[in-house]
Amino acid sequence: MAKVPVQFTLNGSEKAEFIDSGTTLLNALRDKIGDTSPKGGCQQGTCGACSVIVDGELRLSCLTLAETCNGTAITTTSGLAEGGVLHPLQRAFLDTFATQCGFCTPGMIMAAKVLLDHTPNPSRDEVVEALSGNICRCTGYEPIIQAVLTAARANSQNAA
Amino acid sequence: MAIRRGRGVAAINYPTGMNLGGDPTQALVHSTPTGNFMVTLSSVDLGQGMKQIMAQICAETIGVPTDRVVVDTADTDTGPHCMGTFASRGTHRAGNAVIQAAREARQVMLEVAAEELEVNASDLETDGQGNILVKGAPQKSISIFDVALSAHFKRGRSISGRGMFLIPRSYPEKETGAMKPSTCYAHACTVAEVEVDDETGEVTVLTVKNVFEIGRALNPKMVEQQLVGGSWMGISHALYETTEPYYPNRDHGGTDFNQYLMPGPGDLAETEIIVLERPSADGPYGAKGPGEMCANPQIPAVANAVFDAVGVRIDTLPITPERILRALKAQAN
Repeated sequence: MAKVPVQFTLNGSEKAEFIDSGTTLLNALRDKIGDTSPKGGCQQGTCGACSVIVDGELRLSCLTLAETCNGTAITTTSGLAEGGVLHPLQRAFLDTFATQCGFCTPGMIMAAKVLLDHTPNPSRDEVVEALSGNICRCTGYEPIIQAVLTAARANSQNAA
Repeated sequence: MAIRRGRGVAAINYPTGMNLGGDPTQALVHSTPTGNFMVTLSSVDLGQGMKQIMAQICAETIGVPTDRVVVDTADTDTGPHCMGTFASRGTHRAGNAVIQAAREARQVMLEVAAEELEVNASDLETDGQGNILVKGAPQKSISIFDVALSAHFKRGRSISGRGMFLIPRSYPEKETGAMKPSTCYAHACTVAEVEVDDETGEVTVLTVKNVFEIGRALNPKMVEQQLVGGSWMGISHALYETTEPYYPNRDHGGTDFNQYLMPGPGDLAETEIIVLERPSADGPYGAKGPGEMCANPQIPAVANAVFDAVGVRIDTLPITPERILRALKAQAN
């Protein structure tokens, strides 16, 4: 079967690949481009581990066909650190011990980033709502909620 | 029909490790030419923090900062033998093995330093910052960096050590059946408050208050992290999780995350964690195994709280609305 060209920016850099038609964005990112920060948990859109940001919106990359992302700007957790300095969300996840096995962490951070991009000072309920599509086995969620609230506070202090 | 409140308490006594033909873990420690220390293990870190804890234990034993220790758990084919990371055994079993290996490595390190300083090894001590000093005369010292260089390039010594911790298999006594299938018990007590809707059978856990006695907390923040997650998991097992809701019949078992239920971030009970540190006699620096233990006391506490709320004993997990309603119906008849 003929390969299909796809072209998008990933964390600010141009990417172009030939893929099999029907390849998910998750598989294109992990297997073709080599960005393994989105994780394949359930492969059916129920766990959130594969979450990435496409043109500012949170998307489940396991349910998104790569060829529908032509011309988009994609952000993954591996693109958040700048110049070796962790993103405030990554820093907060470390500082609040919000990660154990780490498998859910990139998806959690993506969901949290979209929340904070739209709602810089979220309430606890808003954080809970934003994370409700992501499953974690280890932490009991409370440290993750605290990480997102901590990152929001750090952002607002930097902005002030 | 009403929403009824109940409170339940439960306490547990939880072992470390297991008894299947003996319970061994091995560790190897060696220094690099620049005086960093490698710990080689087959014990796997699956997120509980074993690498950090083993680095702390090795650093404490040898007398160097923790960031001078690298833990390699790369390959269970080629690494020293370990039964595995389960049964809350990682810290206790591997930790004891690492202490033994690190002690042997420390002894070689002190012997090389003694040759360099022309003193007896028994007169030397470490400052924990990467230096070896003469007791009572700290101006006479040598850095561990220089000791390692000397060992590697001048004196032909390997600063290394072997560790093996084994709990031998315990067989039951013929007369009494008494045996010692496990060691080093941790303890926990939980009080859970619930609301039970006696029309729908739905249980909401309002608060869960846990006290854990886990020996010494070698890394208090990581212990807390594990206990918070474990407390949540205990509630999840009490009320939601099962692959076989009509055990042993597999029918209607969850096949994916849509059907296999776990509480999400919106379903959290108010949770309190208190840690009691009572160092264990045979644990590495007094540690016990908090891992599996911490997800257990919530289950009987919730079951007792449900009994307190609506007067029915549910003795099959999870405590689903269906089971509560069937029990209430049987009680009414």
